[in-house]
Amino acid sequence: MSDAARSPQPLMACQECDLLQRIPPLPVGGRARCARCGFLLAARPRDPLELPLVLTLTALIVFVVANAMPLMDLAAVGRYASTTILGGARQMWLDGERITAMIVVFCAVIAPALYLLLMLAVLLAARRPPLPHWSGELLRWGLHMQPWAMYDVMLLGILVALIKIAQLATVDPGVGLFAMGLLALLLPAISVTFDAREVWKRVEWKHGDDLAVAAFADGNYVERGR
Amino acid sequence: MSGAVVTGAQAGLVSCETCKLLTRPVNAEHAGHCPRCGATLEVRRVQSLQRTWALIIAAAICYIPANLLPVMVSNTFATSDAETIMGGVVYLYSSGSWPLALIVLVASVMVPLGKLLALGYLLVSVQRGMPGSHHERARLFRIVVFIGRWSMLDVFVATFTVALVQLQPLMSVLPGAGVLFFAAVVVLTMLAAESFDPRLIWDVKNNMEKQDG
Repeated sequence: MSDAARSPQPLMACQECDLLQRIPPLPVGGRARCARCGFLLAARPRDPLELPLVLTLTALIVFVVANAMPLMDLAAVGRYASTTILGGARQMWLDGERITAMIVVFCAVIAPALYLLLMLAVLLAARRPPLPHWSGELLRWGLHMQPWAMYDVMLLGILVALIKIAQLATVDPGVGLFAMGLLALLLPAISVTFDAREVWKRVEWKHGDDLAVAAFADGNYVERGR
Repeated sequence: MSGAVVTGAQAGLVSCETCKLLTRPVNAEHAGHCPRCGATLEVRRVQSLQRTWALIIAAAICYIPANLLPVMVSNTFATSDAETIMGGVVYLYSSGSWPLALIVLVASVMVPLGKLLALGYLLVSVQRGMPGSHHERARLFRIVVFIGRWSMLDVFVATFTVALVQLQPLMSVLPGAGVLFFAAVVVLTMLAAESFDPRLIWDVKNNMEKQDG
């Protein structure tokens, strides 16, 4: 960015230790860590908006497959059974563990769906700057959903369940399980290739329509605007 | 910038937790909203210590029934077999898959307990202003945040075992009461880690340096 090269880097505070510092312009693939606590302040991925968009679209398609197709099939003494993600939660609900069922649905379906849809909305909006200020709100919610989307944990959980059941019956992994494995890779890939700073650079400031708004402090502590 | 000013709070500035924009708060009590993204600004997370304490005490209470009550009950023709978290670990170990037994032991027993102890230690160290390595404490907090979600493992194991083994009347598995408490421990400790403000760890260091200087 040419304007970024001209203007001094804005002052920022480390999220984990509040130390004030400036992040130097990063080369592609570069990372900036806090001078005091070592927290990862910023990273500059190669393609911070287009690649995550492609990955998010892919993940949404895989998400549909993972939810629609059976995770595994079971055969024992001439009887067959199979389950999907929602089927697992449904059985929990029917057996009276309703809160647990809701937690499972949240971690397995709602949180990843919200994360992917909100990221999609933000990344599509980012193609036509300036972004409307509500896209900041969407990104905030999307990032909040991230730790609750637990495909990696769920995959390991299903593996343990498979090995336990394999003692009693024949179990075959289904298409849904492979889709889930793919999601366990795609979700972290989106967050690694995405650079939120690129979105914040392009977002339209909310500044002005709220009386309780803080004043912007730039690198020289000069108040701008109000 | 004078040498004494190191943190945002000391410079009278507040950093937006969402978009990282550094701004001047409206006033000391209410920092107001971020002019760029509209998020509510907090110099330090509001009532971070009280909220984190409340959540880890609730989690510690749930941790007891989570380990004592069965998470799964398997029924066959004649037998009914209740299995606790530790029982599941023993079953995996005795059936020969000791790597999985180890994973479940770490994720389900050691991680939740470790998280409670680690967050408790961090809270006490911040409240007492205890001297010690702030780098180690910051690292401890990051580990707690990183590993937190992996304790959900046993909830998923129970869910999918229950969903799949439904071959009535030959063999069926029902969820036990322990699974709810176990899920509650995981969710409560994850929320506790989110409500703890790691900047408080470093405020202790800043205060000590101020007293020294």
